[in-house]
Amino acid sequence: MSERIFRVWRGTAAGGSFVEHRIEVDEGMVVLDVLHRIQAKQANDLAIRWNCKAGKCGSCSMEINGRPRLACMTRMNLFAEGEAVTVQPLKTFPVVKDLVTDVSWNFEQNKRIPPFRPQPRGADGQHRMQQADVDRVQEFRKCIECYLCQDVCHVLRDQSRKDAFVGPRFMIRLASLEMHPLDTEDRIPAVRKDFGSGLCNITRCCTEVCPEHIEITDNGIIPLKERVVDRFYDPLLWLRRTIFRR
Amino acid sequence: MLNIAEIQTFEHDVLVIGAGGAGLRAAIECSARGLSTGLMCKSLLGKAHTVMAEGGVAAALGNVDRRDSWKIHFRDTMRGGKFLNQWRMAELHARESPDRVRELEEWGAVFDRTRDGLISQRNFGGHRYPRLAHVGDRTGLEIIRTLQDHAVHKGFGIYMECTALDLILDGGRIAGVLGYWRESGRFVLFRTRAVILATGGGGRAWRVTSNSWEYTGDGTAMAYEAGAELMDMEFTQFHPTGMVWPPSVRGILVTEGVRGDGGVLLDSKKERFMFRYIPEKFAAETASTEEEANRWLAGDKQARRPPELLTRDVVARAITQEVNEGRGSPHGGVFLDIASRVPADVIKKKLPSMYHQFKELAEVDITRQAMEVGPTLHYFMGGVRVDPDTQMTSVPGLFAAGECSAGMHGANRLGGNSLSDLLVFGRLAGVGAEEYVKGPGAAPRVDDDQVRAAVRRATVPLNRESGANPYLVHEDLQAVMGRYVGIVRTEADLQTALKEIDRLKADAATVKAAGTSQYNAAWHEALDLRSLLITAEAVTRAALVRQESRGAHTRVDYFGEREDWQKVNVVVHKGAGGAMETRVVTRPEPPAELAAIAKASIEDLEAGRV
Repeated sequence: MSERIFRVWRGTAAGGSFVEHRIEVDEGMVVLDVLHRIQAKQANDLAIRWNCKAGKCGSCSMEINGRPRLACMTRMNLFAEGEAVTVQPLKTFPVVKDLVTDVSWNFEQNKRIPPFRPQPRGADGQHRMQQADVDRVQEFRKCIECYLCQDVCHVLRDQSRKDAFVGPRFMIRLASLEMHPLDTEDRIPAVRKDFGSGLCNITRCCTEVCPEHIEITDNGIIPLKERVVDRFYDPLLWLRRTIFRR
Repeated sequence: MLNIAEIQTFEHDVLVIGAGGAGLRAAIECSARGLSTGLMCKSLLGKAHTVMAEGGVAAALGNVDRRDSWKIHFRDTMRGGKFLNQWRMAELHARESPDRVRELEEWGAVFDRTRDGLISQRNFGGHRYPRLAHVGDRTGLEIIRTLQDHAVHKGFGIYMECTALDLILDGGRIAGVLGYWRESGRFVLFRTRAVILATGGGGRAWRVTSNSWEYTGDGTAMAYEAGAELMDMEFTQFHPTGMVWPPSVRGILVTEGVRGDGGVLLDSKKERFMFRYIPEKFAAETASTEEEANRWLAGDKQARRPPELLTRDVVARAITQEVNEGRGSPHGGVFLDIASRVPADVIKKKLPSMYHQFKELAEVDITRQAMEVGPTLHYFMGGVRVDPDTQMTSVPGLFAAGECSAGMHGANRLGGNSLSDLLVFGRLAGVGAEEYVKGPGAAPRVDDDQVRAAVRRATVPLNRESGANPYLVHEDLQAVMGRYVGIVRTEADLQTALKEIDRLKADAATVKAAGTSQYNAAWHEALDLRSLLITAEAVTRAALVRQESRGAHTRVDYFGEREDWQKVNVVVHKGAGGAMETRVVTRPEPPAELAAIAKASIEDLEAGRV
């Protein structure tokens, strides 16, 4: 057991500041354990959002020493013995209180995505898909909606373009639908126009912070961008469309 | 006096409380049937505990072994539940779960596939055939996300981070629900004709648990306070394999899929001890040597199943005994080894989240080292007593589905039967609610005095000048339940637990939540204490009544199953004087067809003779 220094942001939408806590830390603890101990012993009303404590639900997203992380999967031995740990809410979303932010914008985006529309079942009443054809979709469906990718996305974080771009999480959701072998809906025009695929400039920051190690940029966003390009910007296709229209 | 008109109010035909698998499926059903539907949940949508389910959803699809059928699934479920399940519920579950799984596929779920492109199924404890449709070891996430993405396009009301406090009654039937927004601390009133509880269990009353903070028994407690009956509360399932080290992750689940895919349990000398714990009843269907168990795993249909796949109650007790007799691992568990049995790349493909969980939280590489595991409180077989067909409780308009309801699993639940339970009975609760809402009877009236009383009760911890720390009262309760109401129970321990719970009730009546009502974790904790204490007391009292050992309920002072106790269920309810009372109810005789299936030999069932 050793005493560590935690600097925890406390406040509301109206403003706030860092509060320093000296707290005992045991072997094997993660940041969320330490925050719970602070809550129980020193700051009863500290607001933290969390659920599973096992990296499966994506609730306890926050910025720890400047990096977006899940508090439940951030072990204390990641930090040097004397290093202070600074914990603050996600920057890209409005603060509700302390470490809790208002992420409702994300739920609004999900509603805008045209739902799954399957092809009819086969004659035997079954849907058939080969494992090799669903591996990629399953990779995207590992997403736990922690929104760490949304938090680091330059378009959302620095350029504040929530009006024009749905962010990496929902590009991945779009990709999981577009690449679903049974799906019959066409979302490519919307990927470009409504969901803003062109705004992503492929810095891969989202991929870097993904706790599920989803290749967001390379496997999801870039293939979607390619589909958009094939559809709308391919000169040969454009020529053919123009000719046949006449 | 508080003006009720100032409380934010919503009106619905049905309000579903809880947005895990059961709540989401129930809300989808209600909405599809044209009812004005609301869904409230304590967390954000998609974060409920269903997300933690790993191994799979049990359904007799017969994709991997064509010999499977609903009858064999039903028989496995009854045997696993030690014949204390409600016969009708186990029947409905076994018959309807295949359709519920196929429906998820229709809504976009992407299960792992067989070679010919169908939904793949894996082996699990107590299931005769590979029966669990799965997605690696993150099946719960797949199910909740599928339901969530389907639900958000249905246009019903979703109230996130909104906690229910009390049911409002009108002449004994449901009239509304009072809750509060966690974010602002403001109260919210739902006027509704029916309520479907889908609030899960109460595992947070124990310290070593796989359950998240939400599992405080809210629905169980609200139903109890409203006069509904609780049943089978003594049956609390300890999952045999939770993490044991480091201390901060003690209790986090290690999926049964590890054993289903070939993992074995070893004692401190690295010997497979489960061969020594095979109950007589299961001996005919369990391998007697390691050689036979290995043949079964390799696909030999003549070989019998490894003993590591016996039901959870058996495995949890065996581990406890090994540890108590000094043959455990360094941190007080036993070893679970898959590294020496399955190639590393297969482990990573089939059990990816287990691989990451151990790597990141315990610095153990499960493709190279054995895990250390021990029992963890995982699931409540008991809960609110419901009608097997409609899911309605004894309170008109009040329904319950999923873990918070009782009857489906009897004395012990089989792995994989929970996810299917959520889907089957979530849907049926929606059907039942429609029938009730469209039935006769004038619209109920919300009684302002009840609302005022509920608001008063909730604000007391904030308004108090000083008082006990709610976190410490909760920790105290967890220690009490872990010590006195654990895997093995005695009369003396249970009596001690009751005295301790009385003391804690007094403490809980004095807690102080410092700060304002806005997103105040201390206040939330203070309010959850009532649910936790009612749930804990109900478990303890029911455990005292049942003087035998059956399934997940083990009494060292009443060894073994007793025939008389197979004929009854223990019911808990609020007495006229306000104190908790118990009574024993006789179980209905099973229909002859179901009794014949449950008792048939496996050969007769496979050959279609029953």
